[in-house]
Amino acid sequence: MPLSKQDIDHIALLARLEVAPQEKGDYVEKLSQIIELVEQLRAVDTTGVVPMAHPLDMVQRLRPDSVTETDQRDYLQQNARDTENGLYTVPKVIE
Amino acid sequence: MSTLLPDFAEMARALRAGKVSSRELTGDCLARIKRHDSTLNSFISVYPEQALAAADAADKAIASGSAGPLTGIPMAHKDIFCAEGTRTTVGSKMLDNFVAPYDSRVVSGLAAAGMVSVGKTNMDEFAMGSSNETSYFGPVKNPWDLQRSPGGSSGGSAAAVAAGLVPAATGTDTGGSIRQPAALTGLTGLKPTYGRVSRYGMVAFASSLDQAGTLTRSAADAALMLGAMAGFDERDSTCANVPVPDYSATLNDSLQGKTIGVPKEFFDDGLEAGCAQAVQDAIKQYQELGAVVKEVSLPNLAMSVPVYYIVAPAECSSNLSRFDGVRFGYRTESTGDLADMYTRTRSEAFGAEVKRRIMTGAYVLSAGYYDAYYLQAQKVRQLISDDLSHCFAEVDVIMGPTTPTPAFKLGEKMNDPVQMYLNDMYTIAANLAGLPAISIPCGFSQNLPVGLQLIGTQFAEGLLLNCAHQYQQATDWHLRTPVISGGAA
Repeated sequence: MPLSKQDIDHIALLARLEVAPQEKGDYVEKLSQIIELVEQLRAVDTTGVVPMAHPLDMVQRLRPDSVTETDQRDYLQQNARDTENGLYTVPKVIE
Repeated sequence: MSTLLPDFAEMARALRAGKVSSRELTGDCLARIKRHDSTLNSFISVYPEQALAAADAADKAIASGSAGPLTGIPMAHKDIFCAEGTRTTVGSKMLDNFVAPYDSRVVSGLAAAGMVSVGKTNMDEFAMGSSNETSYFGPVKNPWDLQRSPGGSSGGSAAAVAAGLVPAATGTDTGGSIRQPAALTGLTGLKPTYGRVSRYGMVAFASSLDQAGTLTRSAADAALMLGAMAGFDERDSTCANVPVPDYSATLNDSLQGKTIGVPKEFFDDGLEAGCAQAVQDAIKQYQELGAVVKEVSLPNLAMSVPVYYIVAPAECSSNLSRFDGVRFGYRTESTGDLADMYTRTRSEAFGAEVKRRIMTGAYVLSAGYYDAYYLQAQKVRQLISDDLSHCFAEVDVIMGPTTPTPAFKLGEKMNDPVQMYLNDMYTIAANLAGLPAISIPCGFSQNLPVGLQLIGTQFAEGLLLNCAHQYQQATDWHLRTPVISGGAA
């Protein structure tokens, strides 16, 4: 199923990506090729097959609900572009 | 180059006998990187001072008698592994300025074993690629032919080891990203069982498929490195709590009576004739070593690429949603509202292939399409895994080609993502089923290296390394090295 330019706009919005107008044709073409590739799966009979979410047969480990991490806020915030009083700053959300 | 010894065992002997120091081995690696890497582009970061300091510490350990088999041996890490205090870019503009605040388990494990890291190797952006051409830091060249790709995504690691810049490097393999570059550069590339090596501190691409492994010349070297990388780690919730055997201890086991399964689907029309010949000759060699060969079938193998290009992009779109310009990584300079900041940050810092994968993932997971794509892919993933289980009821190891062709030219497939994806048609099944697999050099086609792939049952790394080592005792393909034009190696 070939995708349309509108599909690309919708997918880009979902993915928080911006596709420049001059790139849109390229995305339509290449994503359509990829979707065509994966659509081969529709022909496979999977009646009664249990979906495989994960390669290992394991259960989620649990641990006691206790504090194990030390406070490294200042250290970890060194990688942020902008912080103030230990908080991450972003463009104004509420006017 | 006097200190370029063929394997870890000889390096360890020379180090212990005082014939060479780790400082000399490391210094020679740094000199070779300096001489050749402007041509190859296999490194993103090189750390001479830290490397020489680690080498000096290794030399002290050797002098005091506390050294292990890896102490003082230089290596490099794929730039996907966090190493405290150093830049970890994942080949992306997004993390160009990211300084890792802690060590990954792979980095700390190999450092604890005494290995000396000289730097971080180039890779496809976020490990998404099969040619190393999606890297923000430019493509890597194959030392066997500078017009060609070394494969990807661990292409920097492969080129660096193949060119003799370092004796070994780490890699990661989500759909073939260790085995394919190993095949295209004439190396031994091991992808362990899913969960064998902790993913702690390894930047995530597709979390149900990603696994760390090694690129080395020989299986014996891989056995030593895996021993230092593998094992339970509570910081990775999917790390397997399974004891780590001594992989070196079983390298010399006899292959007498071992059964090799050769899936007929591996020898389809897509396989280049020279590759097919080299792989068939290698399988004959295994018969001479006492193994029994049996034809088997993986009827759903052709579906592994379509399954992968739903599962991996779906997981990638989820994993990469964390890159929002707030806590770490790139942030746009443009001003706007919060949604604008997210969108511009991501659009400016992700490359084209990463964007395509995120968008593919967002599409297959979006409302109305989940059952048709993602759920169906998970079901076919189960069928592929079942096919492999059925084979392993009859055989000990599955063998076939690693790649459909030898190394292809840079630029050849960059404008056709689907052609690029089909490079991984023989490697993806092992990732989908979480199985260990190894690629070893088994000959040449068009004067370029060819890889033989061995796949085992979960946690059968010992058997794979044993099979690989026995072949390498009987052949010398793994000892062949390229001559890099423009300077003697």
